[in-house]
Amino acid sequence: MAKRETENPSKSATGSMLVKRGLAEMLKGGVIMDVVNPEQAKIAEDAGACAVMALERVPADIRRDGGVARMSDPEMITGIQAVCSIPVMAKARIGHFVEAQVLESLGVDFIDESEVLTPADEAHHIDKLKFTAPFVCGATNLGEALRRISEGAALIRSKGEAGTGNIVEAVRHLRSIIGDIRKITQADSAELFEWAKRLQAPLPLVQEIAETGWLQVPLFCAGGIATPSDAALAMQLGAQAVFVGSGIFKSDDPAPRAKAIVEATTHFRDPEIIAKVSRNLGVPMTGIGMDKIEQRYAERGW
Amino acid sequence: MRVSQNSATKVVGVLALQGAFDSHERMLDELDVAAQEVRTPQDLSVVDALIMPGGESTTMSQLLESSELFEPLKKMIHEGMPVFGTCAGMILLAKTIIDGRDDQVSFNAIDIEVQRNAYGRQIDSFEAEIQVERLDGAFHAVFIRAPRIVSLSPNVEILAKFGSDVVLAKQKNVLVAAFHPELSNDKRIHEMFVEGI
Repeated sequence: MAKRETENPSKSATGSMLVKRGLAEMLKGGVIMDVVNPEQAKIAEDAGACAVMALERVPADIRRDGGVARMSDPEMITGIQAVCSIPVMAKARIGHFVEAQVLESLGVDFIDESEVLTPADEAHHIDKLKFTAPFVCGATNLGEALRRISEGAALIRSKGEAGTGNIVEAVRHLRSIIGDIRKITQADSAELFEWAKRLQAPLPLVQEIAETGWLQVPLFCAGGIATPSDAALAMQLGAQAVFVGSGIFKSDDPAPRAKAIVEATTHFRDPEIIAKVSRNLGVPMTGIGMDKIEQRYAERGW
Repeated sequence: MRVSQNSATKVVGVLALQGAFDSHERMLDELDVAAQEVRTPQDLSVVDALIMPGGESTTMSQLLESSELFEPLKKMIHEGMPVFGTCAGMILLAKTIIDGRDDQVSFNAIDIEVQRNAYGRQIDSFEAEIQVERLDGAFHAVFIRAPRIVSLSPNVEILAKFGSDVVLAKQKNVLVAAFHPELSNDKRIHEMFVEGI
């Protein structure tokens, strides 16, 4: 920072909410792909990903292996940063502010305080206002989204159920968040107090939604996207971009599927294009029904 | 802050392949200018001008080709359609791109050499006050993993600088910004573009 300030005498500021939200705005309409090594990162960038999420195991493998899931090895993250020219994100455990400090020191572009990893704190999320790097957090409903925003999240993603290849939970969460936003825009000023109480969310944030008709930050979708149609479904429901985790690299032929999901996310209202890009993609990830799941990651977060 | 009647009848396209296109649409809406999202060649038939938003230039580059927009758009820009590129949009319009992908397309529409992500990673992204030619008072500029204009030909008009870097520039029908005027709550640069249509 100091270097630039001497080059450019004008007053400048890093890490403001506007600057943090700014990167989230730039990711809109795009696909953020989970990658576990530099080779996958290259495939993702080649396919048109707008960012990658660097992690050691995709959620489907975390689910299979069990045990405690933690922040990735910094060596692996810097290895991915070295081959990518697009933003690189990485995950910290819920409440694990030291993992977040480490990720920030590595120059990670977005920190995901993620329920896919094993939570480090059962009551508190990270105080994200203390960081220069922006944070993305998951939410299953509007109250959870607003609590994360009040802690300083610059981007919200609907949680869905990561590692399942099943879109049903993502749809439930998106409908819940966006449905409640619609209802709040119809509420009168007295009803907003009741909304804030019911959502367990700060009143000023609820009042702001009533006024603007949208969250204070962008809303993306995650958790269960496996096909181009899944991505377009999330977009038509109101998500502004999509995260694809296991859906790409747990499929038969990742590169064409990744490219097809990118195109379907851009042309999400055009079924002819979605049909065209969906042809001959091979077998998607197998996926799991919700009744077969032992641990619901979406329940993590408070 | 209203624009002239003449420009109010024009339609400004916003390239909507990926990125912050909705912020530009909101700006145009506040200026009472009709906006059209552009994703396919058919969308181009109704537009009189085009904004290329910020986002990932490598992603947009690939989608420009797969959506068959690159060639028709290049023709329209070189025939004089007014175009405004911010951040990634500026990269796409530049004559030369440094640190881009080998397969990245460029419209070669403004005689500048641009380096991608030249100010560093997101933790180095910043906001600052800049002085813009023809505008009274400072403009609050937001730089997100911003590209830097590392050289420019004398034919390019310099409209704003941040320190020693040119951050807003114009050559004939092409206006480019290294920052994001669509993110500041200030319509003046969009107004400047729309008035020139």
